Amino acid sequence: MKNAAGRAALLFLKNCIRILSLLLAVSIISFALVSASPVDPVQQYIMKIGPVSAEQRAAIEAYWGMDKPPAVRYISWLNALLHGDFGISLLYRRPVIDIIAERFGNSLALMLCAWVFSGIIGFSLGCVMGMHRGKWQDKIIRRICYLLSSVPAFWLGLILLLLFSVKLGWFPVGFSTPIGMLDSEVGIWQRLYHLALPALTLTLVSFSSIALHTRQKMIDVMNSAYVLFARARGEGGWTLFVRHGLRNTILPALTLQFASFAELFGGSVLAENVFSYPGLGSAVSAAGLGSDVPLLLGITLFSTLFVCAGNMAANLLYGIVDPQMH
Amino acid sequence: MGQWNPFRLNGRIRALMLTVVLGVVILAVYAAGILIPQDAVGTDFIQAKQPPSWQHLFGTDNLGRDILMRTLKGMSVSVTVGIAASCISAVAGILIGIAAAAGSRFLDGAISWLIDLMMGIPHTVVIILISFAMGRGLRGLLAGIAATHWTSLARLIRGEVMQLRSQQYIMVSRRMGKSGGWILRHHLLPHLAPQFLTGLILMFPHAILHEASISFLGYGLPPEQPAVGIILAESMTYLSSGMWWMAVFPGMVLVLMVWLIDRLGENLRRVIDPYSAQE
Repeated sequence: MKNAAGRAALLFLKNCIRILSLLLAVSIISFALVSASPVDPVQQYIMKIGPVSAEQRAAIEAYWGMDKPPAVRYISWLNALLHGDFGISLLYRRPVIDIIAERFGNSLALMLCAWVFSGIIGFSLGCVMGMHRGKWQDKIIRRICYLLSSVPAFWLGLILLLLFSVKLGWFPVGFSTPIGMLDSEVGIWQRLYHLALPALTLTLVSFSSIALHTRQKMIDVMNSAYVLFARARGEGGWTLFVRHGLRNTILPALTLQFASFAELFGGSVLAENVFSYPGLGSAVSAAGLGSDVPLLLGITLFSTLFVCAGNMAANLLYGIVDPQMH
Repeated sequence: MGQWNPFRLNGRIRALMLTVVLGVVILAVYAAGILIPQDAVGTDFIQAKQPPSWQHLFGTDNLGRDILMRTLKGMSVSVTVGIAASCISAVAGILIGIAAAAGSRFLDGAISWLIDLMMGIPHTVVIILISFAMGRGLRGLLAGIAATHWTSLARLIRGEVMQLRSQQYIMVSRRMGKSGGWILRHHLLPHLAPQFLTGLILMFPHAILHEASISFLGYGLPPEQPAVGIILAESMTYLSSGMWWMAVFPGMVLVLMVWLIDRLGENLRRVIDPYSAQE
């Protein structure tokens, strides 16, 4: 047991080092990309505050360090980053770190809902398909999954918005908090109410991959020698599923689910934009369109950390829980 | 062994026929988009905001443009962007995959790190960054989609080459003094060609979906271009005023097209790969 704990710690440490190296690389690459952009952040800034004289412009440039080469700017940015200073967002006129902290809470609620529901639905449907391979249940669910994986998240969101908000009037057309209300006054029910449609969108577009993956795993398990032996002993139906099918498919499914944080985040960018949900996803596209470089860089780094944490969870899960890996 | 029945063909022949049918349908939509003249999508304010009718099957938008024509034109733009980006990505994938498997251990480690890096940032964020760096527009969109889609194919090719390297006939070739390039051309590439082709075609639907999504967010193609993502983004403004046809129909065409291309790839995989035809 001690050995296992030691191995887990080592694996964890290795993963942490890898994540740090990836984060450093992402910071370099994303900084290089925004520096290479033909969009001039100073010009964008000036356009928002109105006409300025040439001296004022030069002063702004000097204040931002735009007169120095990119490498120097990168080092000073990284230095500030390590001290917890992500800069000030141009769009929101507030520290980037505050915006990320606030919006990540909203995004996390959305993604967590979709993650849990798509995992449960996808895994159950995958099991049904795998256990009934070739029968009508398998055929129907598989077609639905293929079709759903061709549906872009934003269009599904639009359709749900049309149906439930415009046509039926059950849900608001946007915003996670009602207009004219302070964030702190909003109760949990109000939040859930505004979360429902984006979460439904994200769930519907996410579950097909996990379902199809589980189906394949289940088919592999059902074709294995140990299942043949179990059948020869007279096991079948529910017992066979619980004793062999479930136990052998749940870990790969969970691993895949952890490794899918990137798609989850990508989907939430689209869903949040359709429903004007105030999360990281709508902030990142607004930052890109509004040339808000500090916010864009901040969210890029943060989303990388989020995805890497998911990938690390998947790695650790495989390395520690799976007895075959020992 | 029953009697021969012309309607019960074996899996591969059925897949081949389906592939041909799907291919023809996709080509027809693609050609329709290209052949539609520019004035068919011209503005006509008298006809603005009309619900679907026989004259305008999908209705018209806020400027009186026919949505069916715009969607078809946009679809062919999306398909072109998707195919171009997939091709770039697939070529990069196969080259990187071979390099990882055939190169030194250090190179392999570096490439696996690079793949981890690419999978560590959400693709939408990468495309937004690249698009921002290249000043939006078509070029940034192409580069962004191409940069994010090569990883899975590279991994697949790497595994395949690793396996091939230990095959006897390759060892024999090496002992007989054949050069690395000769082995690559005569042994590796023929084996990798089907993988490459199916990997490429299975990339199309993803690339098209990404193109539509990024255009929807307002990056990528300029607003006057009739891309499906842009039509859908415009429809957002008119949702609450009841112009449901602007959102429903273009999206349906997009889903149908992506689904058809996905099925095409799957069927082609069955034709090329005899193992999966037995399923």
